[in-house]
Amino acid sequence: MEAVLSRIKRLDLQRSVIYFGFLAIFLFFAATLHNDGFLTTRNLTNIVLQTAPATIMAIGLVFALSAGEIDLSFGSIVAVSALAAAVAMQNGPMVFGVVAGLGAGVLIGAFNGVLVAYLRLPSFLVTLATLGLFAGIARSMTDLRSIPVINDAFTGFFGSGKLLGVPSLVIWTGAAVAIGHVLYRYSRFGAHVLAVGDNARAAQVSGIKVPRIRLLVLTLCGATAGLAGLLYAGRLQAAKYTLGESDLMTVIAAVIVGGTALNGGKGSIIGALLGSLMMGMLNNGLILMGLKVSDQMIVRGVIILVAVAVSLRDTRR
Amino acid sequence: MTTAPVLSLNNIHKAFGGVVAIQDFSLELFPGEIVALVGDNGAGKSTLIAIVSGLHRPNSGEILLDGETVSLSDASSARSRGIEVVYQDLALANDQPVYMNMFLGRELTRKPLGLLDKARMRSETQTMLDQLDVHIPSARSKVRDLSGGQRQGVAIARATHWASKLILLDEPTAALGVAETAKVEEIVASLKERNLAILIVSHSLDQVFRLSDRICVLRRGEQIGVRSTPETDKNEIVSMITGVHA
Ligand SMILES: Nc1ncnc2c1ncn2[C@@H]1O[C@H](COP(=O)(O)OP(=O)(O)OP(=O)(O)O)[C@@H](O)[C@H]1O
Ligand SMILES: [Mg+2]
Repeated sequence: MEAVLSRIKRLDLQRSVIYFGFLAIFLFFAATLHNDGFLTTRNLTNIVLQTAPATIMAIGLVFALSAGEIDLSFGSIVAVSALAAAVAMQNGPMVFGVVAGLGAGVLIGAFNGVLVAYLRLPSFLVTLATLGLFAGIARSMTDLRSIPVINDAFTGFFGSGKLLGVPSLVIWTGAAVAIGHVLYRYSRFGAHVLAVGDNARAAQVSGIKVPRIRLLVLTLCGATAGLAGLLYAGRLQAAKYTLGESDLMTVIAAVIVGGTALNGGKGSIIGALLGSLMMGMLNNGLILMGLKVSDQMIVRGVIILVAVAVSLRDTRR
Repeated sequence: MTTAPVLSLNNIHKAFGGVVAIQDFSLELFPGEIVALVGDNGAGKSTLIAIVSGLHRPNSGEILLDGETVSLSDASSARSRGIEVVYQDLALANDQPVYMNMFLGRELTRKPLGLLDKARMRSETQTMLDQLDVHIPSARSKVRDLSGGQRQGVAIARATHWASKLILLDEPTAALGVAETAKVEEIVASLKERNLAILIVSHSLDQVFRLSDRICVLRRGEQIGVRSTPETDKNEIVSMITGVHA
């Protein structure tokens, strides 16, 4: 009985770590920075806009981790996708850019997936290698040059545009989270992803095609990174090889803090959204506090360390 | 008994490289009977279970289901023919709720979007568990939070629900205490009423004599013999297993 009670407490705590953390950081900045404009609608909207690409990549990563795999290469995929889109639109319509950007993401993700699912190479090593490989390809694609994106339809759709007064990046975030959540919690695919990450042998003897699930989650990661690349290119109206370079830590931290287990079988899309927003608030708040960039990095690193440690204490067993 | 056998194994032979795991094995299983498969470690019991569940292909010999020759190429093909297995490690996903384990790979969905019908899976899970008198806190409980006996109960309930012909159990009580073993034996015995054929691997001769109708003995891959349980005794079975005559 006592064991049961403590179990229930632990479960509740694990679910609420991200809610408490999110609220605590929000309240802290709201209290200390209310004169510096933290609480303005504009600033809060900005946080959502800035975190949109990271949130969308976090959704892909939740699927990969839940299936017992990991993707470290998404930062490079972002750059390759954004560059591919920008180059395709130099002489073509918006649709060329979308197809090139998303296509690059899906293909690279599938490449990772085939190596992991069918050659049974560890995803950690495969995606570490492709992280470097595609970082190099991104650099060589345009000789380190930045490519402007001047297609208004594209920059509106993926960047500064609005629909009924709602910024497009907010809509992208909302749509991705909603679709991701339903897929994760209410579809057979989501159930199979969790089963594979939880006990691959049990999944296999239950008729689940385990390699196919591994291929799909890594392809999904590539697709979300591709979409993130389009959003960066749309918002910044340019593509460069540095895009996505600094997202690795942010996205992984967002996902872990959001309650997704590192070793599979457990996770949350809503948690990943809150985790990503929390990282965004942190960046934003530390800048508003007037910290030097070096100090920002240090403080952010420490807070992420604490948050990840607390979250893992509850997700790991 | 005039009913036809559910499963017939004819002259099954299986070798791993040079190691002969099963040679010239033949057995018929009838609906509503429990046959125990006994033998020392390495005798070939798990290999035989794996052959019938589609995980291993025999090198020669034939498998007949309801009189029809079948080729069981993987776990799905055995499952789709009404054969269910309770593996020694149970094959449960520990962090998932009991109801998702019950429907693992066969999740119920709802029209029009094809999303999971969790409510129906939960209520059907509860019904399956109630029918076998398996008590767990809730269909929502995670497998991890159940006792060994409860997990075994869940695994057996799952097999029972989906099996239409045959259930294979590999050492279902090896990790259980006295009370939980008794409970699992009670459940296994109750499966006879469902007209399923049951093949159970066990190292406990007491259990074998309590549960089975017939006993099949393997020694180093060789089929030593099959005895009707009421017509034999432990001494005979032990000497068949060990090859030493008392
Ligand atoms: N995949 C395999 N590859 C090679 N040899 C195998 C394999 N599986 C089983 N064997 C061999 O086949 C023989 C029978 O093994 P099996 O696991 O069927 O025995 P068992 O009767 O289930 O034993 P236990 O009571 O210990 O579970 C053993 O000699 C074993 O080493
Ligand atoms: Mg065995």
